[in-house]
Amino acid sequence: MTGPETTTRWKAREAEMVTEKDVTLHVNGQAETVAVPVHRTLLEVLRELGHVEVKCGCEKGDCGACAVLLDGEVVDSCLTLACKADGRAVTTALGLGGPNDPHPLQTAFIEHGGTQCGYCTPGMIMAAKALLDENPDPSDDDIKRGLSGNLCRCTGYTRIFSAIQAAAEVLRKRGEAA
Amino acid sequence: MLPAFELLEPTSLEDALEALADGRATPMAGGTNLLPDLRARVDPARRFVDLSRIDELRGIDRANGRVVMGGGTTLTDILRDPALRQAAPSLVAAAEVFAGLMVRNAATVGGNICYGSPSADVVPPLLSLDAEVTLDSHQGARSVPLDGFFLDYKKTVMRADEILTAVSWTPPGPGTANLFYKLGRRKGDAITVTGVAVALAVEGGRCAKARIALGSVAPTVFRVKDAEGMLEGEPLTDELIEAAARTAADACRPIDDLRASAEYRSHTAHVLTRRLLRQAWELAA
Repeated sequence: MTGPETTTRWKAREAEMVTEKDVTLHVNGQAETVAVPVHRTLLEVLRELGHVEVKCGCEKGDCGACAVLLDGEVVDSCLTLACKADGRAVTTALGLGGPNDPHPLQTAFIEHGGTQCGYCTPGMIMAAKALLDENPDPSDDDIKRGLSGNLCRCTGYTRIFSAIQAAAEVLRKRGEAA
Repeated sequence: MLPAFELLEPTSLEDALEALADGRATPMAGGTNLLPDLRARVDPARRFVDLSRIDELRGIDRANGRVVMGGGTTLTDILRDPALRQAAPSLVAAAEVFAGLMVRNAATVGGNICYGSPSADVVPPLLSLDAEVTLDSHQGARSVPLDGFFLDYKKTVMRADEILTAVSWTPPGPGTANLFYKLGRRKGDAITVTGVAVALAVEGGRCAKARIALGSVAPTVFRVKDAEGMLEGEPLTDELIEAAARTAADACRPIDDLRASAEYRSHTAHVLTRRLLRQAWELAA
């Protein structure tokens, strides 16, 4: 910011140190405005708004169950303050597709058995989506590195990796970005 | 749940420095260390200045033959800059094994340095590159060599009113090698057990310059200057490399924790230093 606006902000800064803020989240294309205390995380606010496909796991950035896309970049929503997502696009697993219109990644996870208890699955799908957006033809090592922030305690990962390879192939044949 | 706190989200560095001037607020960068510490109630700070909306803190530039990286540059930004593979090979190697994808998208180089952890993976590479950091405050900016920035475990020379705005270094030229290896319990999402960065410059069959920086084996990341001095001016024989690696291991002051024993950390510092020095000597010679 420059000019007179800066001066105004400067003088107003004591008032600007806030504990609550009106935040507009564009969740899967729908704008939702809520007043949130600044210490609430994006994870907490999304779930309170009903987006319970975003899962709460470790709450310290180890497990990836809460992963969402923020303006297309995958982040842990437990480590993102809700107010930092103000005005930005949030994509959850339901934003990629639902039971009637599944995304190729979701179809592949079902067909390959890439999910058992299912708790890690939405986060796995979001990290995989971000990986394929950047690298449409990943090696198994690329997938391991891309999913290094996502824990699964059921599958042993093998079927998750094969699901992602299968989805990548489907998307390449369609000539689409993930 | 996080404890309640106050937050300011400035969009300019000037506003952020003014907000920090009274020393009562804490800068918040990617939040990937800070938020877990708040949640665990181990960090008492309750007034924060968020730096993530300040565009001028993020990005990688070249000026006067140096790389200047903004403190708000993320680990993902490092991986997306192909020129850094030449200008900071060890730093790129560290970014590749840094936490997981989501954390790399949020965590910043400035945050990783300022947190002051001995396991901060960007620090051994930057020490091996003789990096300097720029600390800015409402009173003006100062440059500090990264070697000398860390005082003790999570203690640095930074004042409460300062922000780390940039880290800069001269990229290594021909006849050099710069390597990093992170030993962890697994390849992804791991906190470093032993981290080693090595930089060598070779001229006329002799080592003209040596840097050895060790992470996670002492209260801070540190350079092993005794070992560096043994190598400089000499052709690197296996015997000399072994002696330098032993000196590096002897300089460690590691702890036992759930990831590894102190004995294992010293042992692996020895092995990894020897291995990286051999590789770097072959690459640079």
